[in-house]
Amino acid sequence: MAVSVDEAVSTVPARDRPRPTRRLGGRGRSLVEVALLTVLAVLMLFPVLWMIETSIKENRDVYAVPAEFFGFTVTMEHFKDVFVGPDGGRSALSVAFLNSAVVAGVSTLLATVLGVPAAWAYSRFAVKARKDQLFFILSTRFMPPVVVVIPIFLMYRQVGLIDSKLGLILIYTAFNVPFTIWMMKGFVDEVPAEYEDAAMLDGYTRLQAFRRFTLPLLVPGIAATAVFALIFSWNEFVFAIFLTSSDSVRTAPPAIAGLIGGTTTDWGLVAAASVVFALPVLVFAYLVRKHLVAGVTLGAVRR
Amino acid sequence: MAGIEVTALHKRYPDGTVAVDHVDLSIGDGELFVMLGPSGCGKTTTLRAIAGLERQTTGDIRIGDTLVNDLPPAERDIAMVFQFYALYPHLRTRDNLAFPLRAEGLPKAEVRERVAEAARLMRLDQLLDRRPRQLSGGEQQRVALARALVRRPRAFLMDEPLTNLDAELRADMRTEIKHLQGELGTTMVYVTHDQVEAMSLGHRIAILNKGRVEQIGTPLEVYDRPASLFCAAFIGSPPMNLIEVAVADEKLRSQGGLVLTPPPGLPRDRRLVAGVRPEALEVTTPGAEGSVPARVVSAEWLGDEIIYVVDHSGQHDVRVRMPPTVRFAADTPVGLRHTGGTPTVYDVHTEELVA
Repeated sequence: MAVSVDEAVSTVPARDRPRPTRRLGGRGRSLVEVALLTVLAVLMLFPVLWMIETSIKENRDVYAVPAEFFGFTVTMEHFKDVFVGPDGGRSALSVAFLNSAVVAGVSTLLATVLGVPAAWAYSRFAVKARKDQLFFILSTRFMPPVVVVIPIFLMYRQVGLIDSKLGLILIYTAFNVPFTIWMMKGFVDEVPAEYEDAAMLDGYTRLQAFRRFTLPLLVPGIAATAVFALIFSWNEFVFAIFLTSSDSVRTAPPAIAGLIGGTTTDWGLVAAASVVFALPVLVFAYLVRKHLVAGVTLGAVRR
Repeated sequence: MAGIEVTALHKRYPDGTVAVDHVDLSIGDGELFVMLGPSGCGKTTTLRAIAGLERQTTGDIRIGDTLVNDLPPAERDIAMVFQFYALYPHLRTRDNLAFPLRAEGLPKAEVRERVAEAARLMRLDQLLDRRPRQLSGGEQQRVALARALVRRPRAFLMDEPLTNLDAELRADMRTEIKHLQGELGTTMVYVTHDQVEAMSLGHRIAILNKGRVEQIGTPLEVYDRPASLFCAAFIGSPPMNLIEVAVADEKLRSQGGLVLTPPPGLPRDRRLVAGVRPEALEVTTPGAEGSVPARVVSAEWLGDEIIYVVDHSGQHDVRVRMPPTVRFAADTPVGLRHTGGTPTVYDVHTEELVA
């Protein structure tokens, strides 16, 4: 009466089972794939390539009809113009880049310093109405910046933060903190609380346990989060153009936008400035690409 | 070493859930005390309160003579082993073991000596230079145990330490923990949801349910006289049969005619349930002396025994433990007979033991 083990297992060897069929097999499929992907890649990359080309073309080649793809004279003049002003001193653009770096860097730092401990607290402690609080924090990101820029403008004018780097830093921090809390909470949730419990039993205080055990494990997550915050602050345009006016405070996005217009537009300079503007973000994204993927797929796999 | 006294421990979370409801425990010095219960019964919260990782709402905890209510975990002089081991991932075994000692600020020579001793005790000598992720689950748990005992704490707290191991390893580690505790003679509070683990390890077992202690007793007491219907259903595999009975002619009679010897002092005016262990029943040929007619629903051949599930009128799924030599096919009519002594009897409404 007992069921023998053999009955329960299929007797057909694995290789004799029918294989799942494909409509487009092997080579044909990959050819189509490659062709489609190539078309897509050209479409996506063309503006970028064109920007890079324009930045190293002389002005008359920029306007050449038909457009020159290859045989043009390469020049680095535009890049020099980005950093060196017509009078030989620092250009307005280079000041804008420096402002961007300061504003983006400091606001990211602030958002990380405030957001990481907050995320840890929300992850570890039984906070009253935790879900509601987290939802409220997230809700500050529901509105696009352009909706709130007028009230912010009026408030900033009252307190004297208009046209100041501090004003930009504060508003970018305010926008990055919710994002940092939410993203970091995911990372903190992944680190077992038992590490801190164990460390506390081993003679450390709660904060020491956090700093010595949880924090090192969070570094990849912090890097990924900070890069996202940095990219947001670096790219931000709406607040920057509304809340700043003088060249000494203006960040790069409005400064580059300001190059377009007037009687003539120096497209070579615009392109070169754009290339310089895009580089830091590309480099950062490349450096933390592994963590970016980890950050995006977080929670998809159960430990 | 020290005993642990828990008095009227109450834990209520901000959202209103009561995790531990006025629990009293008195754990003796050198005792291996098991807290057993289903998930959410408050056993882990109680343990974490003893460790100081969770602050109780009200109630007192004493370790030895010290009232530890307001002491941080580090000052309670206890060690804890977690379900997920919680080995520091960036440290080698050696440093994981030395870590709590360095935190205490012991001199290097003594740290080395005590790490070596703990490693020998837990047979970790070959693994001292590995990192946690290079160790198997069993090895990680041995390191976690060694890290707990290297400090020579006043008490060990174990939070389901074997749950993540596979069955075979779990049995080995169980033996090892019991042996170790016996050898060191240190007080140990062990939390588990596995009744086999509780029965085989504990000097005494506390069964918890919904934040309350249902019963405290030695494994045998808990097995022989479960204090409530919950304990009766929780302890034993297969669990106790709970058969509704009525008192008539100095006997306990089930609806299907099964006759049991009543314990003395039974109240007459209440609805009663008798708890009968599967080994206190017997499946017989139909019509055997003292048997009632029944039908085999299914039989589980376990090698050393057969668990029969039988129906007799009005009572479904009665489990009977029989030697492997007695065989009946499913669906055959059989007899069911009570062979054990007096059963435990519970009140249907209060769910508590009446006699």
